[in-house]
Amino acid sequence: MMKTTFPDHRGRYGKFGGKYVPETIMFALEDLEKGFQDALQDEAFLHEVNKELMHYSGRPTPLTYAHKLTEALGGAKIYLKREDLNHTGAHKINNAIGQALLAKRMGKEKIIAETGAGQHGVAAATAAARYGLQCTVYMGEEDIRRQSLNVFRMKLLGAEVVPVTSGTRTLKDATNEAIRQWVAAVKDTFYMIGSAVGPHPYPQMVKYFQSVIGLETKEQFTSITNKTLPDKIIACVGGGSNAIGMFAPFLQEDVELIGVEASGKGIETGLHAATMAQGTPGVIHGSLTALLQSEDGQIQEPYSISAGLDYPGVGPEHAYLHESKRVTYEGVTDAEALEALHLLCIEEGILCALESAHAVAQAMKEAKRMTTEQDIVICLSGRGDKDVHTLFEQVKEDLQ
Amino acid sequence: MTERMNHFQQKEKHVFVPFITAGDPSPDSTVELALTLEANGASALELGIPYSDPLADGPVIQRASLRALQQGMTLEKAMTLVGTMREKGLTIPVIIFTYYNLLLQLGEQTFYEQALRNGIDGLLVPDLPFEESESLRKGCEEHDLSLISLVAPTTSPERLAHIGAQAHGFLYCISSLGVTGTRSSFSTDVMSFLEKAKAATSIPVLIGFGLSHKTQMQAFESQCDGFIVGSAIVKKIEELGPDLVNEETRDTALGAFSTYIAQLVP
Repeated sequence: MMKTTFPDHRGRYGKFGGKYVPETIMFALEDLEKGFQDALQDEAFLHEVNKELMHYSGRPTPLTYAHKLTEALGGAKIYLKREDLNHTGAHKINNAIGQALLAKRMGKEKIIAETGAGQHGVAAATAAARYGLQCTVYMGEEDIRRQSLNVFRMKLLGAEVVPVTSGTRTLKDATNEAIRQWVAAVKDTFYMIGSAVGPHPYPQMVKYFQSVIGLETKEQFTSITNKTLPDKIIACVGGGSNAIGMFAPFLQEDVELIGVEASGKGIETGLHAATMAQGTPGVIHGSLTALLQSEDGQIQEPYSISAGLDYPGVGPEHAYLHESKRVTYEGVTDAEALEALHLLCIEEGILCALESAHAVAQAMKEAKRMTTEQDIVICLSGRGDKDVHTLFEQVKEDLQ
Repeated sequence: MTERMNHFQQKEKHVFVPFITAGDPSPDSTVELALTLEANGASALELGIPYSDPLADGPVIQRASLRALQQGMTLEKAMTLVGTMREKGLTIPVIIFTYYNLLLQLGEQTFYEQALRNGIDGLLVPDLPFEESESLRKGCEEHDLSLISLVAPTTSPERLAHIGAQAHGFLYCISSLGVTGTRSSFSTDVMSFLEKAKAATSIPVLIGFGLSHKTQMQAFESQCDGFIVGSAIVKKIEELGPDLVNEETRDTALGAFSTYIAQLVP
């Protein structure tokens, strides 16, 4: 199998990635690259990150054998990597702890972050509180309206939440605004990006901080099953941080890796976030990647019932893994995800996030086609408490 | 470099380079506004292409982008607008200001062909740093187009020297940190930044970002060769927008625009 040496010195994964940013922040990216590489050589820093993941966030998260779900589907054995059991309820905290400690190590006192549904915003606000950093979160006005409880949570944690009124007032605009504010305050401010997206070195750095998911999974799988590797690993992909963290240690191994993006109400309706299926190479938030865009290059607003998957781009390494065919990317609709969410509730007593339910739905399709001797690992990236309101509304809608 | 750009570089006086967004408030008025700008002393024109995600721009240009997109403006259509400006007698260099994704989708070759056909002189891509611009630099040189380089107060001395030595057309100095939009004051470091920029290049050094008054420009006069003004002008166009698209009030609106531009520059 091909050996991965990506990203190259220009921050490229094949043709994807790079640094498409205004000149004003080029020095900050160079600084960050150096700060990150230095930190990787610093045993004390790495120890601190691990210690915080363990004693503050509750890692390692378990790998749970879903025996009733397995029996119900009658195929491959299904294991769940329980990122939902992290502090703040999702994998986002892994990256937030890592970047916050890096910000501190680099002498920054302020962090800014973007958020869509508010999960990364909450994680950023949490880490900022824990490590004594000042935190400002940019959030689209439309998302603020839809996710008022998460806005309140961020404020409880001491963060300032700034409404973004530009563009479509959602995640992509919040990210634009965070970058704009970073350009203005670049000398003393650390930009904590929430997914494996953005200009180099962000995709590389986020992957590093999230790869704890895959590393733990590898060890746990062997200790539970006495086998070396599962047959398939499945994770949902919005920007792609939980997926790249889960896949990272398996990229060189003989395991089928499947990323699941949101087909929304169905590709044919135009209401989807199927970046791999429908996107073309383009630049978003400083990176060349697969992008949902019009023919002349205007970025299109994606749709998914899950706020964490409706991003018009995707991390550049995923675009590369798609092109090189190392990872397969499949689509799951809102309806399929909802059905999977309900099944996981009933069979296993786990209310997962709508994002993670996309991975579960894909696993349901795969498991039925496999034998009982085979194994699937699902990255259960987050818990569903944040989605109860959406689910409640959905039930009302279905009744009408 | 085109003959027009060559002429621009030879100017003795300080140059004034205004920025307007193509298609705001309408494609026709963009042509009229360009001609009015030349009549009032513009030495070159930066023509902005509207984009859904303009991450180097502040609220004023974001709003202009949105209005222009509603008019159906695209990079290709904006380039043909320049052709119309040329037919109507515009003689100053025109620099296309576009985010990289629009250029990527149009294709570099198509861009060069259209540039030649429509009398375009230069290109400025605010989200394409020097490191990513190699193919575009080569292509622009081959097609006699000037790819404008930007430098910022945060650009390191080594980068400044490197970029300055390979810059074309003019060197665009970003006055201050942050996105486009007017500033009430500037850091005292601007003067030394401009001085370093002048030392790093042999082509004209222009300052932009945040300029909106004659007095601000006068303060920088000794250390630069000219000024770029965007948001202040775009804001004026926003105010005059409804009158510019109404045939009955168009001439009066253009008159008001003329008066505004005449008092703007030193």
